[in-house]
Amino acid sequence: MLRRYSVHLILATLGGLVVYLAYNEYLGLYYLSVLMFMGVNIILSSSLNLVNGYMGEFSCGHAGFMCVGAYVASVLGVWLFARDRVFGAPVLDPEYALYAFPVIILAGGIAAALAGLLVAFPSYKTRGDYLAIITIAANYIIISAIENMSAIGGSRGFMGMKGVINAMEDTIYLPWMPIWVFIFTIFSVWVIRRYVSSTFGKGVNAISQDEVAAEIMSVNTNKIKTITFMLSSGLAGIGGGLFAYILGYVNPGSFNILKSTEIMVMVYLGGMGSLSGSILAAILFTILLELLRPLQIIKWIVIPLVLIILMQFRPEGIMGNRELGQTFPRLKKFYRFK
Amino acid sequence: MLELIIQNAINALQWGSFYALIALGYTLVYGVLTLINFAHGDVFMVGAYIAFFVATFFLVSLGVPGWVVLALCVPLTMILTSLVGVTLERIAYRPLRNKGAHRLYVVITALMCGLILQHANLAIFGASRKAFPPLIQEHVYNVGGVSFTNLKVAVIVTAFLVFLILHWIVTRTRVGMAMRAISYDKFAVPLMGIPLDQIIVITFVLGSGFAGLAGLLFAMSYPVLEPYMGALIGWKAFIAAVVGGIGDIRGAFLGGFLLGAIEILVVAFFPSTLRDLIAFTVLLVILTFKPTGFFGVAKTTKI
Amino acid sequence: MRKTVILFLALTLSLALALPVLADTIKIGFNISLTGDIPKVGESSKFAAEMLKADINGAGGLMVGGKAYKLDFIYEDNESKAESAVTAMLKLIERDQVLAVVGPNSSKQAVPAGQIANDNKTVMVSPWATNPDATLDRPWVFRAAFLDPFQGPVAVNFAVKTFGAKTAAVIYDLSNDYSKGLAEIFKQVFEEKMGAGSVVAFESHGTRDQDFSAQLTTIINRKPDFIFVPNNYNQVALIVRQARQQGYTGEIMGSDAWGSAELMTLCGDVCKGLHFSTHYAAAGATGATKEFIDRYTATYGYTPDDVAALTWDATKVVLQAIQNAGRLTGRLRTDRQAILDGMKAITSFDGITGSMKFDEEGDPVKCAVVVQISQTGEFEFKESVCP
Repeated sequence: MLRRYSVHLILATLGGLVVYLAYNEYLGLYYLSVLMFMGVNIILSSSLNLVNGYMGEFSCGHAGFMCVGAYVASVLGVWLFARDRVFGAPVLDPEYALYAFPVIILAGGIAAALAGLLVAFPSYKTRGDYLAIITIAANYIIISAIENMSAIGGSRGFMGMKGVINAMEDTIYLPWMPIWVFIFTIFSVWVIRRYVSSTFGKGVNAISQDEVAAEIMSVNTNKIKTITFMLSSGLAGIGGGLFAYILGYVNPGSFNILKSTEIMVMVYLGGMGSLSGSILAAILFTILLELLRPLQIIKWIVIPLVLIILMQFRPEGIMGNRELGQTFPRLKKFYRFK
Repeated sequence: MLELIIQNAINALQWGSFYALIALGYTLVYGVLTLINFAHGDVFMVGAYIAFFVATFFLVSLGVPGWVVLALCVPLTMILTSLVGVTLERIAYRPLRNKGAHRLYVVITALMCGLILQHANLAIFGASRKAFPPLIQEHVYNVGGVSFTNLKVAVIVTAFLVFLILHWIVTRTRVGMAMRAISYDKFAVPLMGIPLDQIIVITFVLGSGFAGLAGLLFAMSYPVLEPYMGALIGWKAFIAAVVGGIGDIRGAFLGGFLLGAIEILVVAFFPSTLRDLIAFTVLLVILTFKPTGFFGVAKTTKI
Repeated sequence: MRKTVILFLALTLSLALALPVLADTIKIGFNISLTGDIPKVGESSKFAAEMLKADINGAGGLMVGGKAYKLDFIYEDNESKAESAVTAMLKLIERDQVLAVVGPNSSKQAVPAGQIANDNKTVMVSPWATNPDATLDRPWVFRAAFLDPFQGPVAVNFAVKTFGAKTAAVIYDLSNDYSKGLAEIFKQVFEEKMGAGSVVAFESHGTRDQDFSAQLTTIINRKPDFIFVPNNYNQVALIVRQARQQGYTGEIMGSDAWGSAELMTLCGDVCKGLHFSTHYAAAGATGATKEFIDRYTATYGYTPDDVAALTWDATKVVLQAIQNAGRLTGRLRTDRQAILDGMKAITSFDGITGSMKFDEEGDPVKCAVVVQISQTGEFEFKESVCP
């Protein structure tokens, strides 16, 4: 009984605690924003792990899909629910913002999933490092396309998302952003977990082991690749949408190749093909970035150095390709997560 | 119109030369180790800085004339830069390789090494950009409305020379044969009495040495040095190497010129704001129809 | 693994111990980019601020309401990233409890960080950001640099009058919103004045680009009367040099982002004789401006750029506002409100980049000057334009 519901219980307590602390302002905005970025990073790293870890491809353009999600969710939200210079008065009653918000974020995710097709189609024939270039190219194409759309600000960026958050808080006063980030983080991890343990997931694993053999064993590799790329980029889009609303401002420059490599580092730090590794790495990486702030320039010498040393001691990442339950079998007694 | 085309062709050749020079280093290391050495762009940056310090030392402190400085700069920069490359290999990549880590972890380590090079530079020399001193007198030649400089011609000629030298080393010498053997089968090679680690060191010496040369030429052509100058051009050179077919010297060379040409021609004949959009769409289409680039060999998978 | 853990713990511990508790100090935060795209901008800001701090602390501190306060400047690196600028801002406001914040410099960071400052009721002065969104509808956010809609016409009028220009070409940085914004304003104003199509080429490039030969070939082929280059000085050095290499001999004009002495070390002889609009003319500088330039040069080994000068002014404005507040209570909310009132009370501030006052949006009303780069590499005063 306990084993079955322990994860739900822990998550509910954790979420409730954060919301309670945020509501009563015990938890400062600084910690709250770090926590929210942590959530976004978890979404990003675990979704990239789907492609780079489970499927064994080498995608280095994840931030591009994040960008699509961020822009679609922002433009949609501002158009519907906020007063803005570009779109004028809100189309819908701001009272509905609260209910529509998850739909808006999901819409961003869907748009990003469609952008994922940009990579999915070439992946039928192209593999390995050649596919890596396609993902980089996709990243550049997306950023360049948005820089050329002057209607949504181009390289000046797009803002006004604050109005949507205000509309939500006016309806029911709760710290909505942390709540949504929390919910979507759990949702993304849950979806990935379900996906990799489904028959599709076995197919993904088969592709990573040996694509030709998988095909012979009647795995529809093209279909699985398409779905995996779309799922991965779709979740990145959700992460991007949340990222945009936390910042209240998006700019195509925030989603360049450097952002992609940052996500990549989190994935490999955690371990390829380990969901718990990705989560752990995202948490550690976010904390490390904040903790080392006082070092200023030296910070960007220390962080890579720490990672290099870590690689020397654990050349397979923090968790390797194992999950928490496999590394510590005793823990299995206490929880089940599917 | 004709002179516009020729002018742009010269621009493309010169700009492509730099991509080609850096891409050669990528492809050399990749060909031997299947390692994407993401620190290569930053080794190129270090090369430019080394050239800067060598040049200012001789020019300002010793007052040696410009062409002598250039003659000294070329070997010194190449040697010092290759030392940087070999140090990275020795400290960061080799232990990982010996532990049998997945190659992508070595790639991430390379990425981290690049970050360290950038920010160590930033921390030590400050954020002020460095102006590379002019070593040779630049002459602008104007032939029928097309203008070019002696430096541009020198860059293009050097790129071709470097390509020929590397091609000769890889295909005609014993070292080159050993390199190709390692890329073919890493486990059988030591059994044949070929010193694996030494050959890998030589590969890094060659790759980083020519990155140093590229850094020197780059610093002479675009005399503004900054710690992040290698990051973007490094990524693009990697893209060029892959489009050509990574692991093949000819591929890197062709890919470099191809990327240079696409970038320049898009700007010349389309609205320049669309440069990245069009250039990368072209590359994406090329890779969709030629999944292993121009010279890459499709890996035959044993079943 | 264990070593990493130990390192990690040691770092955490040293950070916890490093937090100083000082009485009678005024804390001001600096949200600047020391790493990332524009490290030079952050460094200039930091150096200028350090110099100001040393000055005031050396003189016994800042006198507020008859009591001397030591200054404590806290520098946070925003890594030239929007998200980092936001967390840095929150950290400064909440954890470090600063009274006011100077920075971020680039609009990419200043727009989201300005939102945070405004929401948390803390005065923020961005020295360098030019995006109108940074201060728009945000009573708590100010800036020290003038806006594009003012600087653009200055350049157009000067070019038309001095060069007799009928046609112009523009080359700008697409991913830099300062450059893009100014280029667009310039094009609009120039075409209004000289007729549609008078801007014969409008070419863009990327932020880290070093080769502009293709853009310049197109521009030179269209034979404009002059080229407008609203770019950062490091790119200017390359653009001007490459334009000359391609045989262009005409005029090139720039904007305030040229205003760094480093321009001359990077660009050398080819930039001599060119004009640009900026905040102050370094060559003819007198009084406080000259003193600032001389001392900065003596301390750090190079002449300050516009960011350094603007940061100096932005910080001075904040200190002026604190003095205007009259008395510090030690209660953060009250003090910050008092500083905002102090900002609004500034009717005219004599900075080293000219005298300024703030309009209702928090944007400065100040004069622009057009300078020419002399044969000795000095920026010589040509003309002054006031709004």
